[in-house]
Amino acid sequence: MIEAILRVNHLSVSFDTYAGTVRAVRDISFDLGPGETLALVGESGCGKSVTCRSVMGLLARNARVEAGEILFQGEDLLKKSNREMRAIRGGKIAMIFQDPMTSLDPTMKIGRQIAEAVTLHRKVSRGEAKRRVLELLQLVGIEEGEKRYHQYPHEFSGGQRQRIVIAIALAADPRILIADEPTTALDVTMQAQILDLMKDIQRKTGTSVIFITHDLGVVANVADRVAVMYAGRIVEIGTADEVFYDPRHPYTWGLLASMPTLATEDEKLYAIPGTPPTLIDPQPGDLFAPRNPYALEADKIAEPPLFPVSGTHFAATWLLDPRAPKIDPPEAIRRRARERGSL
Amino acid sequence: MSAEKNLIEVKDLTHDYTGGRGRPAVQRVSFAIREGETFGLVGESGCGKTTTGRMLVRLLEITSGSVRFDGQDIIGLRGKELLDFRRQAQIIFQDPYASLDPRKKVRDIIAEGIDIHHLAQNRGDREAQVSQLLSSVGLRPEHLTRYPHEFSGGQRQRIGIARALATQPRFVVCDEPISALDVSIQAQVVNLLKEEQRHRGLTYLFIAHDLSMVKYISDRIAVMYRGRIVETGPSDLVYGNPLHPYTRSLISAIPLPDPESERSRRRIPYDQPEAAEDAELQEIEPGHFVLL
Repeated sequence: MIEAILRVNHLSVSFDTYAGTVRAVRDISFDLGPGETLALVGESGCGKSVTCRSVMGLLARNARVEAGEILFQGEDLLKKSNREMRAIRGGKIAMIFQDPMTSLDPTMKIGRQIAEAVTLHRKVSRGEAKRRVLELLQLVGIEEGEKRYHQYPHEFSGGQRQRIVIAIALAADPRILIADEPTTALDVTMQAQILDLMKDIQRKTGTSVIFITHDLGVVANVADRVAVMYAGRIVEIGTADEVFYDPRHPYTWGLLASMPTLATEDEKLYAIPGTPPTLIDPQPGDLFAPRNPYALEADKIAEPPLFPVSGTHFAATWLLDPRAPKIDPPEAIRRRARERGSL
Repeated sequence: MSAEKNLIEVKDLTHDYTGGRGRPAVQRVSFAIREGETFGLVGESGCGKTTTGRMLVRLLEITSGSVRFDGQDIIGLRGKELLDFRRQAQIIFQDPYASLDPRKKVRDIIAEGIDIHHLAQNRGDREAQVSQLLSSVGLRPEHLTRYPHEFSGGQRQRIGIARALATQPRFVVCDEPISALDVSIQAQVVNLLKEEQRHRGLTYLFIAHDLSMVKYISDRIAVMYRGRIVETGPSDLVYGNPLHPYTRSLISAIPLPDPESERSRRRIPYDQPEAAEDAELQEIEPGHFVLL
């Protein structure tokens, strides 16, 4: 395998709150290859954003990294000083947030905002910085760069603002781009354009991308590999085809089955019962067990490890233990494999 | 239930926020909703779908055009008649965080409609109705005395549904009721809405931008673009045989949870100004209309 550019090993992050210690991320490991897009999927509170904020060194003050390491080009980011992290953040690793309006300064012309990102990580002359800004505007598909350079964020539409945010993120030629729900606030047609743009940029620059989203349609569109998170853990990880057409974890089954495809007729939608657990003093055993119709006795006792399905595909469910009873996935899931490409 | 009876008839409905200085948000929109069906309204933000929904329950003034509810024009309703209309036509809002009064207990939020319309004989009856509603939306009796902030998004939306159902309405506008919810919770709420519909014979206007979900839940659909309906018809026809270029563009933009079809996806861009003033909906095949 090609050397990973980012490797997260056994990361655990907790938050101290008045109500108790929230175990937001619990022993997760994954790696990211050069030029690859890894999607982190899951519901609110599953730990996907906390994972990425750990990589960026942007955790809140009440957060504690309990264990693990985050290796970027072989060096542990968790051991870096604030000063060292400032050089990496926005430089080698950049981030795009969900809401473009709150990530831009409303009182500053967008040309200057992008130029700021350019000059922060590189010593360049004013003229050169401006040339780079115009180049970035063109890269993200904003026309009439010379004129747009002097405009304020409110003069742009939501989709264009997200393009500007992407331009800022790309200013220093990052090796890794972390996109936290970058299209959630946008309409479908705008979303489609931004997704196309991100893939296009990736082809041109070879940047690796971690894409956080809860939308499985978006995942299918952008991801090479997918990590499904639940209650602070990665419960299934594999290539997009493995996770969408041959999912092994009952939670992944539930997520996929609960989305109607254009072919779903009048039958009742499969719904995962219940709600996600709180992560304060989590109960022993598998935290998905109370919502899992396929839960085994073993789930009440211990959390399942990630069992290998293939060299690239792993799932944390006791169903994969050789001693477990043989269980077929629900019909909606088997149909996915049969009708791949025409769902 | 007679399937062919129209509960709602909308004709040339227009809403102008600009007072005649600009393009109306909703422009000469016409459609009918049959009793007991779900009518889906889709389109991008700013297309006028929410404005349309709010006019239908008289939360927003109608600039021109008409809305008939069970044969009666709702525009002229005053006093007692208006109150009675409001009992029969309810709305569920998108944001379950913003649409519940944070200072009220769940019991009183749900009972508000019962109180206003004097639907309870006495205290005990009020309590019984509220408890029954609460259990039908899947919440527990101990939730009655709690405040909205103590609930998750999905539970809040259940409270919003219980509140809407409390007045025993015939028609409910569901304005993006699931778009603020997590994926695993969306299916729960959609199933609940469908169950209540079957159970109570409700008629829904379902407003959304998630087209897969709208297709799943709706019998018929209207696609809005810049204040006009550009295409309308049975869900299967609108999806299976989209005729307006905007509908095609919209369908081509929905990402599906199917990597193989996503790899071969070609988007159809659409960036036309609004339809010509004199364009009219034309029937292309039975029940399937396109703005031409």
